[in-house]
Amino acid sequence: MVKTLLAGVLGVQGDVSEHVFSMKNALKEKNVDGRVVVVKQKKEIDNLDILIIPGGESTTISKILYKSGIYDRVVRRIENDDLPIMGTCAGCVLLAKELTDNENEEEVRLLHAMDIKVERNAFGRQRESFEKKIEFKGFDYPYNAVFIRAPIIRKTWGRCEILAKINKEMVVAVRQNRFLALSFHPELTNDVRIHKYFLDMSILRYR
Amino acid sequence: MRDVDDVAKTRYGTDLLKKGFAKMQKGGVIMDVTNPEQARIAEESGAVAVMALERVPADIRADGGVARMADPQVIEEIMDSVSIPVMAKVRIGHFAEAQALQALGVDMIDESEVLTPADPFYHIDKRKFIVPFVCGCRSLGEAVRRIWEGAAMIRTKGEAGTGNIVEAIRHQRMVTGMIKKLGWMNNNELHVLAEEYAQSYANAVKTFTGGDVDDNTIVFEEYTYGEIKKDLFKILQDIKKMQRLPVVNFAAGGIATPADAAIMMQLGSDGVFVGSGIFKSSNPRERAKAIVEAVAHYNEPHIVAKVSKKLGEAMPGIEIKTLSEEQLLQERGW
Repeated sequence: MVKTLLAGVLGVQGDVSEHVFSMKNALKEKNVDGRVVVVKQKKEIDNLDILIIPGGESTTISKILYKSGIYDRVVRRIENDDLPIMGTCAGCVLLAKELTDNENEEEVRLLHAMDIKVERNAFGRQRESFEKKIEFKGFDYPYNAVFIRAPIIRKTWGRCEILAKINKEMVVAVRQNRFLALSFHPELTNDVRIHKYFLDMSILRYR
Repeated sequence: MRDVDDVAKTRYGTDLLKKGFAKMQKGGVIMDVTNPEQARIAEESGAVAVMALERVPADIRADGGVARMADPQVIEEIMDSVSIPVMAKVRIGHFAEAQALQALGVDMIDESEVLTPADPFYHIDKRKFIVPFVCGCRSLGEAVRRIWEGAAMIRTKGEAGTGNIVEAIRHQRMVTGMIKKLGWMNNNELHVLAEEYAQSYANAVKTFTGGDVDDNTIVFEEYTYGEIKKDLFKILQDIKKMQRLPVVNFAAGGIATPADAAIMMQLGSDGVFVGSGIFKSSNPRERAKAIVEAVAHYNEPHIVAKVSKKLGEAMPGIEIKTLSEEQLLQERGW
């Protein structure tokens, strides 16, 4: 059955419009019939085919998610295993099962989707933010990755697959079946290969 | 997997990184704090960042005298107490204060009219810094000049420390109204406007030298008057096309209630700064949370109504007309 793909960008805080723009371009380049919507209410979660959690402040996003009830709906769909999710930067933090500095989840309530342990602000403050060309598994030329007060993935286990590393051992991109987590911001450049990669891994299930 | 780090350069402080940092603040509330305890309250309430100060604007206004960059000790204590970004203010044109804040590791610098201006001629050349800047504006001309100088974020000036939203709304409407007008302007008209907006750089040099300025005269750092006019024209073309500022645009100066925050968002702001509005109110923690929710759900009036209940007293406000021109902070900067 041919169906229009409904892509949601979580719109509670962060660089939402940049993800909408990138995902629209990715749909166009892949010639996929799809629509991109900004998601602000819990009832909108149930209809989505795919979801993007943008960059922003993880403490802020997690608080609003929880209060608005969106958190419970997303967790339910993660448990049902029927919603592909891409998380960038703050989104990567939220997808994790563990953080290095989050006793009892007081600061950030996690979605527990992926077998990863994440360290927030792993490189330091804004002056330590950087751009760097990285190798991404499956890409035929390097990807310019933008790291802004970025987290890194300190530990992976289970079925989590590493897609990119920097400085030899720092993991910055991982995939676990239908979840994709990146410590950088693919939405800040015009290169939409990562959004297309996310579409590929999602559409395989929906076609 | 082959490691490419040896061949790929790491780049710091690029325009993309500075503007990108500002984009991560969108849809958020940045709160003025004066100590670690307030900073933690702000973080727990869902602030996206805090502005570290010695005194909030309402107290700066009441105390009078010269207001300067905060004590680095205070800023550092606040930086150590929260995981969200920490911003701090410098006086207009005071690039040495900005260098000091960059050395401290502050995440964003506010070149702010709330402090006493240091340079009567120039704002800081913000391109020379790795750390991003936010600057205030009352009009499109001020916004365009600050963007040209390298600001990664623009905010309305409003009238800080008054708890009165009227000036923030005035400045937001001044900017968006002019952006709409750009849509009808042709390139000739944009060139004329760019020249008008570049005037303040030329005026500074006319004051120093008493002489005339032409297109080849260097009027700001290493830039000639001609180059500046050309660059401002390009920025105006971008704004005309995008129908918004090319950088993140926040509201500031007088926001005291959840509904104040919601109206600024509906008028096109990307987020809000709340200065005195939180810690000068009777229940800072609840008010902070309420403003965060109002910004996230600015288009859902039932949520704005719900979070506005039982917040206690807002900060005492000041009617703008009762302030003399010298007391107006928004008159600082150009």
